[in-house]
Amino acid sequence: MSKARVILSVEQLSKQYSGGFQALDDINLDIRRGEIFALLGPNGAGKTTLIGVICGLVNASSGRVLVDGHDNISEFRQARQRIGLVPQELTSEAFSKVWDTVSFSRGLFGKPPNPEHIERVLRSLSLWEKRNNRLITLSGGMKRRVLIAKALSHEPDILFLDEPSAGVDVELRRDMWAVVRGLRDRGVTIILTTHYIEEAEEMADRIGVIRGGKLMLVEDKHTLMSKLGTKVLTLRLMAPLTTLPESLNDFDLSLSEDGFTLDYGYRSTVSQPSDTPNNIAALLAALAEADIEISDMDTRQSSLEDIFISLVKEQP
Amino acid sequence: MNLQSVKALYHAEMARSLRTILQSVVSPVVSTSLYFVVFGSAIGSRINEVDGVSYAAFIVPGLIMLMLLTQSVSNASFGIFFPRFSGSIYEVLSAPISYVEVVLGYVGAAATKSTLLGLIVLGTASLFVPMHIEHPFIMLLFMVLTALTFSMLGFVIGIWADGFEKLQLVPLLIITPLTFLGGTFYSISMLPPFWQAVTLFNPVVYLVSGFRWSFYGNADVSIWASLSVVFLFLCISLALVAMIFRTGYRLKP
Repeated sequence: MSKARVILSVEQLSKQYSGGFQALDDINLDIRRGEIFALLGPNGAGKTTLIGVICGLVNASSGRVLVDGHDNISEFRQARQRIGLVPQELTSEAFSKVWDTVSFSRGLFGKPPNPEHIERVLRSLSLWEKRNNRLITLSGGMKRRVLIAKALSHEPDILFLDEPSAGVDVELRRDMWAVVRGLRDRGVTIILTTHYIEEAEEMADRIGVIRGGKLMLVEDKHTLMSKLGTKVLTLRLMAPLTTLPESLNDFDLSLSEDGFTLDYGYRSTVSQPSDTPNNIAALLAALAEADIEISDMDTRQSSLEDIFISLVKEQP
Repeated sequence: MNLQSVKALYHAEMARSLRTILQSVVSPVVSTSLYFVVFGSAIGSRINEVDGVSYAAFIVPGLIMLMLLTQSVSNASFGIFFPRFSGSIYEVLSAPISYVEVVLGYVGAAATKSTLLGLIVLGTASLFVPMHIEHPFIMLLFMVLTALTFSMLGFVIGIWADGFEKLQLVPLLIITPLTFLGGTFYSISMLPPFWQAVTLFNPVVYLVSGFRWSFYGNADVSIWASLSVVFLFLCISLALVAMIFRTGYRLKP
């Protein structure tokens, strides 16, 4: 990947906590400018530690992080001013007002006051009406919005969203996705960790899977789904079958108990060339030859969640 | 120097005090004024002059110092402890701000609050007790240096504490007793020789004595010894803060 396209580079990053727990193990990762990157992994996989090291909250044991070419330790000012962080926990000064706390964040990141920008951010997150409310009076979802507003207050180039959908309702989640897409359209790079695979599937350009502190894969979302995903063709039969004819033994078929439904599992065409025996045309021809008539058919692709579960369940 | 960030931290801390003005300002002023009324006017009227000044006037510098030490420590310790406790410290740690700037923001605000409180208490005392200040510049210098030093110590305590109990431990069990035994209410020349010698190991004696010198021109120990102790405290506090940030102690895993 060309250096100009890379906005964040993580090189041979490891983190071992004082108790001996290896949270990150030789992580190498390049994030492209302007993409939405979803980092998936089970609890304790190292997602939050990785974000913590990049943002300066956790000391790395070894390795380095470059933010737009700036080392996040020796050039921490240039590196950190490009980053906005929305943490997983709802942490805030409970008695501050929304406007004050968001303005404070902007100042803390070294930016001069800009009430117009703060107003834009608050309006985009439906917080404008709440600007004079104290944080303690807000609901969990509203507090989550405030944390996003704080992270956006200094106009970062990279936005980290650590479990942004934790504890928020469907409406807010959809609103947040719209905000995130809007940010991406304006050139902001988004890195999110999430337990909601649906979120990654919906929004991400690329997916990274981390487990046990190791980055298992980084792949374009569509490539990942076509490489590792499977499809199922469901055929509804005109008459029930009691057993499958021998001529169909070459196909990965399963017959339902009532004998009316045949499921055919196959790889998508990217990883399964169409000239192999296991393809739909050959199956349909074999069914016709065996005088099995079809009344209906349907296909279903495995979701990112299915792929994720199969990945994290694999033994190292 | 990222002045914008320092300003933001400083203003946020000052705003926190304004939000809690009853606790931050009114409470210490009222409680110190009660000392003036009880020890200065009521009991003090039956006590002879101490070191050439009335007892009521004698205890004013000590009481201001008592308030200054406890408020500096508690303001600064709470200022950094609460964001750690609530988790909002993540924002400070991820901001493009150096450790020196973080300390300037938190400690600067705590020291400002304590100094302002000291001046308010001084003004309040002058309503109860007739007094004069012989060296107003040295008095102000002492006040600011003490507020800075003990705010920095409070900052260290706020990082060290892992609960509210520890937060109160040092101010209640160390600072207050040392101040009471440091010549706030008496001149150490009133003690038997053995206890005079023991008292000289109490660092607060030098603070109270030097501060009192700036008011009345006489003190238990020399002004230079007092100033040296303040600077020594300042250096120790600075070294502790530097060590904390260099190692990330209790801030960064």
